[in-house]
Amino acid sequence: MPPAATDEKKPTAETPAVPMVNVQIDGQWYQFPKGTRMIEACRQVGKDVPHYCYHPKLTSPGNCRMCLVEMGMPPRLAPGQEPEKDGEGHQPIQWIPRPAIACANTVAENMGIRTDSELTRGCRHGVMELLLINHPLDCPICDQAGECRLQEFSVEHGTGGSRFREQKVKKPKNVDIGPRIRLDDERCIMCSRCVRFTDEIADDPVLGFTERGSHTVLAVHPGHELANNYSLNTVDICPVGALTSNDFRFQMRVWFLKETKSICTDCGRGCNTLIGSREGRVYRQTPRENNDVNSAWMCDHGRLNFHYLDSELRLSAPLVKDEGVHKESTWPKAIQRAATALKAHGGSEIAVVVSSRMTNEELFMAKRLIDTLGAEHVATVPRAGEPDAYLIAADKNPNTQGARLILGLEGDLAAGLDSVRRGVADGRIKAVVTLQEDLLTPEAGFDAQTLDGLEALVVLHLLANPTAQMASVVLPGAGFAEKRGSMINVTGRLQRLNKATEPFGQSLDDWEILRDLIQAIGGGNGIYLIEDVFKQLAAGVEEFEGLTLSKIGDLGVPLIETGETVPLLERERERIAKGQIVG
Amino acid sequence: MAIVVKRPKLSFWEKLYLPGIIKGLGITLRHFFLSLTGKTKVSMQYPEEKWDSHLPEYYRGAPALVTDEQGRERCVACQLCEFICPPRAITIHPEEIPSEDKWAKVEKRPQEFEIDMIRCIYCGLCEEVCPEQAIFLRKEYAFTGLKREDMVHNKKRLYEIGGVREGLVNKWNELK
Ligand code: SF4
Ligand code: SF4
Ligand code: SF4
Ligand code: SF4
Ligand code: FES
Repeated sequence: MPPAATDEKKPTAETPAVPMVNVQIDGQWYQFPKGTRMIEACRQVGKDVPHYCYHPKLTSPGNCRMCLVEMGMPPRLAPGQEPEKDGEGHQPIQWIPRPAIACANTVAENMGIRTDSELTRGCRHGVMELLLINHPLDCPICDQAGECRLQEFSVEHGTGGSRFREQKVKKPKNVDIGPRIRLDDERCIMCSRCVRFTDEIADDPVLGFTERGSHTVLAVHPGHELANNYSLNTVDICPVGALTSNDFRFQMRVWFLKETKSICTDCGRGCNTLIGSREGRVYRQTPRENNDVNSAWMCDHGRLNFHYLDSELRLSAPLVKDEGVHKESTWPKAIQRAATALKAHGGSEIAVVVSSRMTNEELFMAKRLIDTLGAEHVATVPRAGEPDAYLIAADKNPNTQGARLILGLEGDLAAGLDSVRRGVADGRIKAVVTLQEDLLTPEAGFDAQTLDGLEALVVLHLLANPTAQMASVVLPGAGFAEKRGSMINVTGRLQRLNKATEPFGQSLDDWEILRDLIQAIGGGNGIYLIEDVFKQLAAGVEEFEGLTLSKIGDLGVPLIETGETVPLLERERERIAKGQIVG
Repeated sequence: MAIVVKRPKLSFWEKLYLPGIIKGLGITLRHFFLSLTGKTKVSMQYPEEKWDSHLPEYYRGAPALVTDEQGRERCVACQLCEFICPPRAITIHPEEIPSEDKWAKVEKRPQEFEIDMIRCIYCGLCEEVCPEQAIFLRKEYAFTGLKREDMVHNKKRLYEIGGVREGLVNKWNELK
């Protein structure tokens, strides 16, 4: 058995060391810090207590009763009586005939918990039977099937049959409660997780219960809808299929999905995610817990921003332009064309526009390309947006920190871009390479006329866009779910992306394209694996020293200090300190 | 809290395989001698002779989709058969039933349902796993085609083969 104290947060300057209490769980004695919830104590020693309403990030109303366990305390002593102790200093436990909920009660000195006694098992049977009385037989059409707590606990703790011979209560089904969410009231088990999330985390308390008894239904407040930008998190925490996502609804059964740990690239926060994919197609993204980045949540916008990966606009093969028309080409030919076009120009005539949406490894290869070409004009496209009071960062680029570090950009990024724009306009710049950036967007601010004057325009992008339309060579790159690499978020944390699917069609990983291009321009460079790129990056950029891609780990490592804080995490820490949530 | 299902452990004799092979060979040999001595007749002059009319109700021919007595397609695209199918012969693209449809309350149906008959091994697991009693192994067994695509049964073809099945559990039909 692991020593109980190791899992707990280490005491820091603000949180003085908490006294430990002795607790007996299923016959074995352990020590836990005072204030630990019984359910967490059991979990730490490998005894999972089934639960529905309890969620460590939310308050514990204790309403589902699934976590009932048998509990005991030491006998009450008469005045002056000496406690009777065994050889190890523990008092005998008097078991209480009434079970207690493990989620909202905390451990106490000399407490006993039985997670597998007859009483505990009986409670679980009873709770399951009552929950299933009015539950519909919807599993075949229910998106939650396969990751449904009700299914899992039916198998583990259910009775296997129904004694209910009456008519089931009918409730509203397929209810539209917001733009992204569908509610099925028959499946709801009234755990109130969604109600608490919208109230406590999203500050948008639009959900609540109406009616009474077995007719209780979850409802959205009249005249309101569940539309906040964090609404889809309720789908994740709903233990059953009562809340389902319109986007993912009926797309794929969850047991087919391969889950890849990655990060969201929609803004500079870099929320940790799981990408659910099957046979080369991404079906959904869900948040992955990281208490230094996104807690257990992510915003709806970032979560749903992956459909472009298999949209009609995806470029599937390298293109070269001959007599004004793009023709499909092969990789060696397209790379050669790009290299020849760029070699014809001196460094002062070449500009490279690099995207801060690229990974560190790609940025490093881009830097190599810049050095090989001797290009004197380098810029990124800054994307400033509105931050919110939760997770969304002001910086809409996921890797601005990485771009600054690796490309050595300093000061105002917008000014750098402006100077490239002016250079192109006045004809000083004759060749432009743009990496994963469309130059004809309002953010980039180039105009088609000036780009038309260029002698060479090489575009690496994953989608067809107006700039690619004008390019002499188009190199199709990879999307965020198709690559392994790392990025640095706004708080300076180095995090890792992993490959969920293969690049679309003939497109290649960006770093491979850049490697081949560098090779065609300047000769061999001995890079065969993404790990090699990182190795060279670690050798070349001081901040990365001593790191490897695998050392970054699933939760990332703090790399640089930026002074940014995450409003949502600040509030979470306050709640933990007040003892409102476990965290 | 995923549930871990343990694979059954093979015994020593099962791991050896040989007893099974010897037993199988024994059965074949017995039939060989029985037919040599004329005690049984097992050869049939196919295709002139066919045993179609003797096929039992439980015959395991091609898997096909069935509709109920009200013409409702029983399959709700739960994809359990796709999951269980050992040679991965089944591909299902689910879709939501539009709200104006008569059976909108069922919510889900297959937009396309394909069974690759080159892959299918006629094991019947799809029929066994189906919670909606929507897929059955019927009596058709002779399929030919000139191209691989010809051997893939799409939803339309599957309903043609399957036809109507009456008297099954009808959980969607009670008034709701
Ligand atoms: S919520 Fe769970 S038990 Fe209920 S229908 Fe959906 S999958 Fe089945
Ligand atoms: S909809 Fe889901 S999360 Fe909300 S109360 Fe019902 S079961 Fe709980
Ligand atoms: S009969 Fe067996 S092999 Fe054929 S489709 Fe059904 S499950 Fe697959
Ligand atoms: S198991 Fe039955 S209901 Fe489910 S997809 Fe297959 S045929 Fe349809
Ligand atoms: S988890 Fe304890 S009462 Fe619901």
